Amino acid sequence: MSTDVKIPQAQADAQHVAPKGVKLPIYMDNHATTPMDPRVLEEMLPYFMEKFGNAASRNHSFGWAAEEGVETARERIAKLIGATTKEIIFTSGATESDNLAIKGVAEMYREKGNHIITAVTEHKAVLDTCKRLEKYGYRVTYLPVQKDGLIDLDDLKRAMDDKTILVTIMFANNEIGVLQPVAEIGKLCHERGVIFHTDATQAIGKVPVDVIKQNIDLASISGHKMYGPKGVGALYVRRKNPRVQISAIIDGGGHERGMRSGTLNVPGIVGLGKACAIAQEEMPQESCKLAGLRNRLRDRIMSRLDEVYINGSTEHRLPGNLNISFAYVEGESLLMGINDIAVSSGSACTSATLEPSYVLKALGTGDDLAHSSIRFGIGRFNTEAEVDYVADRVIETVERLRELSPLYEMAKEGINLKDVKWAGE
Amino acid sequence: MSYSDKVIDHYNHPRNVGSMDKSSPDVGTGLVGAPECGDVMKLQIKVNRDTNVIEEAKFKTFGCGSAIASSSLATEWVKGKTVDEALTIKNMDIVKELSLPPVKIHCSVLAEDAIRAAIGDWKKKQESAKPVAAEAK
Repeated sequence: MSTDVKIPQAQADAQHVAPKGVKLPIYMDNHATTPMDPRVLEEMLPYFMEKFGNAASRNHSFGWAAEEGVETARERIAKLIGATTKEIIFTSGATESDNLAIKGVAEMYREKGNHIITAVTEHKAVLDTCKRLEKYGYRVTYLPVQKDGLIDLDDLKRAMDDKTILVTIMFANNEIGVLQPVAEIGKLCHERGVIFHTDATQAIGKVPVDVIKQNIDLASISGHKMYGPKGVGALYVRRKNPRVQISAIIDGGGHERGMRSGTLNVPGIVGLGKACAIAQEEMPQESCKLAGLRNRLRDRIMSRLDEVYINGSTEHRLPGNLNISFAYVEGESLLMGINDIAVSSGSACTSATLEPSYVLKALGTGDDLAHSSIRFGIGRFNTEAEVDYVADRVIETVERLRELSPLYEMAKEGINLKDVKWAGE
Repeated sequence: MSYSDKVIDHYNHPRNVGSMDKSSPDVGTGLVGAPECGDVMKLQIKVNRDTNVIEEAKFKTFGCGSAIASSSLATEWVKGKTVDEALTIKNMDIVKELSLPPVKIHCSVLAEDAIRAAIGDWKKKQESAKPVAAEAK
C-alpha cells in the first residue's frame, strides 16, 4: 500500500505530556503490523532452543516434537476459518500466499482458461502478481469499486466469461478496512466453476471467516497482522467441493503436500497457531471493544472538527479501522504534528512515488482529500485513554494546520477551490 | 523519514504566518501549487515603493512539513531584501539550509516559485499603476 508507517520522532514536543495511564509513543497502526501478544511469544519460545527439530525429521523425537507443534498450529488455524488441517499450507507470509494462490491457479488451470478477475483496491501483492501474469499472456480484469469501496456484484458477473479461471478479491481492505461481499462473490464463482481466492490478511482474527459458508477456495493468512510473528503465513487450499489444485512456485523437498517446499518455520508456525487460538476465543468481545474505541475516536474528532470525511463504507468495515480525510490539511504535515502517535497517511508525501493512495482514488476521493487522509488502526492493546489522547492531539494539530492553510482561508472566504485555476495544473 | 532540526523548528514555529490585503498596491501575492498535488503555497510581500525593499512577508502553506518549512524560510529570507535581491534566492539555497532530502526538493522549487510569483504580481501592479499615476498628474 502507499501508506507508510510514521516513525515516532525522537524530537517529540516536550509540552505534550502523556495523561495518566498513557505511554508515549502510542501505536495505532495495526493494519501495518500488530505487536505480538505475549501469550504468543510464550508459546513460541520452546521451539527456538529445546524443540528445535526439523518437523520433517520422521525418525527421532526432535523431529516429532517439532511436528507436533506444527500440527497443533495447523488445527488451530483450520478451526478458526472452518477448514480441515489438510487444507492449510504454511508460507512465509501473506504476500507469498497471494503469489502462490494466483500463480499456482494460473499455471494449473492454463488449459481451462487465461482470464483472472480482481479489483483495483487490492493489495500490491495481488495487483503486481496479476500484472506479472499479464506479461505471460493472461488477461486480467481490474474491477472498479463503488464510492463505499465495495465491488458491484453485477460488474463481477459481467466480467466473467468462459475463459475465467480465478477471481481474487480481498476480504478486508488494508487502508479503508471495508469488507467485500465475500460470500456472494464466492457463490457467483461456484455457480460458474471459477476458483475464488481471497486475501484475508486483514480479516482473519478480526471478523468471522468461514471458508465453507463464504464459499472461499483459497485464502491468504498472515501472522503479524493478528498479534503473531512476522515471516509466517498460510494459504488455505480447498480440498473438496471443489477440489482446488495449485502449482507450486517454490520447488524442493516436497513439504506441505508439495505445494510449498522448504523447511518449516516451526516457531513462527506455532506462534501463528497460538494467535489463531486466541482470536477464536476472544474475537467476539474484542471486535466489540475495537468498534467501541473506533467509534469513540471518530465521534470525538467529528464533533469538534468540521469538513472531516470518512473514507469507505461505515457499515461494512473492520471494527478497528478508521480512515478519514481532514480537508485543507496535508496528511504528512499532520503526521509530523502528532509525532508521538504512530498512524499512516494516504498522502503522496509519505510515499516514494509522490502519488496519493490508489485505494482512495479508486473510491472517487479527490486527490486533494487523498492527500489529507489518515488511517487509524486500532488494535488489541489500545485503550480508551489512548484514543482520547489521540483524538485531542489530532484535533489541535488539524486546527493549527488549518490556520496555516491557504486553502482553508480561501474556503472560508467563500472561494470554491474547484473553480480556482491552479498554477500546477 | 526523519526531518532535519531546522525543518522541525520551522514546522513547530513557522515564521510570518498570515495574510495581507492582496488588493493593496504595495502587496504582491504569489499562489503556487495545486491541492491535487498536495502542495499549495501562498506567499505575500509588502514592498516599500521608494526603496523597493520588501518590508513585510507573510505565508500560508498547505503541504508537508518540508513545504511549510521552505515557505517559512522563504519569508524570512526575502524580508529586508530589495525585490531584485529576492529574485536571486534559488531553491537549492533552501535545500541546503533545511537539509531537504531529494524527494523534498520539489518543496523548495515551489517556494522559489512562490517568491517569483509574489514579486511578479507586485511588479504587474506597479506597471499598471504607472499610467494611472501619470494621468492623475
